[in-house]
Amino acid sequence: MSIVQDQDITESVHLSEATPGDFLALLKPRVMSLVVFTALVGLVVAPGTVDPFTGFISILCIAIGAGASGALNMWFDADIDAIMRRTAKRPIPAGRIQPGEALAFGLILSGFSVATLGIMVNWLSAGILAFTIFFYAVIYSMYLKRTTPQNIVIGGAAGSFPPLLGWACATGAISIEPIVLFLIIFIWTPPHFWALALFACKDYGAAGIPMMPNVAGEASTKRQIFGYSLLLAPLGVAPALLGFASPIFGIVAALLGLNFLRHAWQTLRMADGDEKMTPAKRLFGFSILYLFAIFAGLLVDHIVSPFYPVIGG
Amino acid sequence: MVEPDKQQERVQLTPQQQKARRMRSIAIALVLGALVILFYAYTIRYFGNIGQ
Repeated sequence: MSIVQDQDITESVHLSEATPGDFLALLKPRVMSLVVFTALVGLVVAPGTVDPFTGFISILCIAIGAGASGALNMWFDADIDAIMRRTAKRPIPAGRIQPGEALAFGLILSGFSVATLGIMVNWLSAGILAFTIFFYAVIYSMYLKRTTPQNIVIGGAAGSFPPLLGWACATGAISIEPIVLFLIIFIWTPPHFWALALFACKDYGAAGIPMMPNVAGEASTKRQIFGYSLLLAPLGVAPALLGFASPIFGIVAALLGLNFLRHAWQTLRMADGDEKMTPAKRLFGFSILYLFAIFAGLLVDHIVSPFYPVIGG
Repeated sequence: MVEPDKQQERVQLTPQQQKARRMRSIAIALVLGALVILFYAYTIRYFGNIGQ
């Protein structure tokens, strides 16, 4: 007698309809692109020259490591992703990928990226990459995100490591310069995410995530956004002050920082209960432009500064 | 004793599942091919550096 006598076997066996695009979505390509960009800046700005092969392997492994931590994050956060409008269509809550598949995918890519970086580039950068994945997937996703309104302040460290990683890949060491690049992203993260949380706090509240506006209120969040912006503006100029970027970069960074402060000030002055939240939305939009401009500025400055020795020093 | 119904024991894939599986297989093949090239290039470069 057949075991499957009168039962369609397809009902008891999970048959995946996941496409390669769904697995790509697990890697959070938009976050990955920012990681790749900031890591590339760290790699290029670092002293000395990196041969193209090593540079390519470094960026590839950092990108895959970032993607792996994104997949692990989506595996763990599938329950809250299903509640929030912004994340409900992700592959796991939408049912296109099983949680176990995402977990295996994330773990395999983590192991592959760390081991390859260690073997082909250096073990310092591999160690930092492993710590970054662990920090994002375990410390941030599994602990901080659901327990404290400081989640993105501390968790922001995970997103701050890429330029430091790029620098470590190029030099095999860590110095004050990549730490400054780390700090720029670290201090940028709270005003960026809290501006988003101000106008998306209902979504976060419904999912039970203790974002700052839900826990401390709008007024406190706006004050803290302004406080972090006050720290960020001079920090953006630090590469010029420390001598690894030109004074021209310093001027541009100072102007960008002042504009950031202006948006943060307008957000601070925004009336409590403002439904439109226009200043917060503008700050969120500008914060993305700010980070891109600072790192693109560093990259361009590093490339063109040898051609303006008199002006750039 | 009844012979197992071979037709019934086989998992029947829907056209969508077949298409998804084919696309995954192609993606895996491409990634494995790229890895072979990557590790080959690294090995050649590594032994090239030792030889110098």
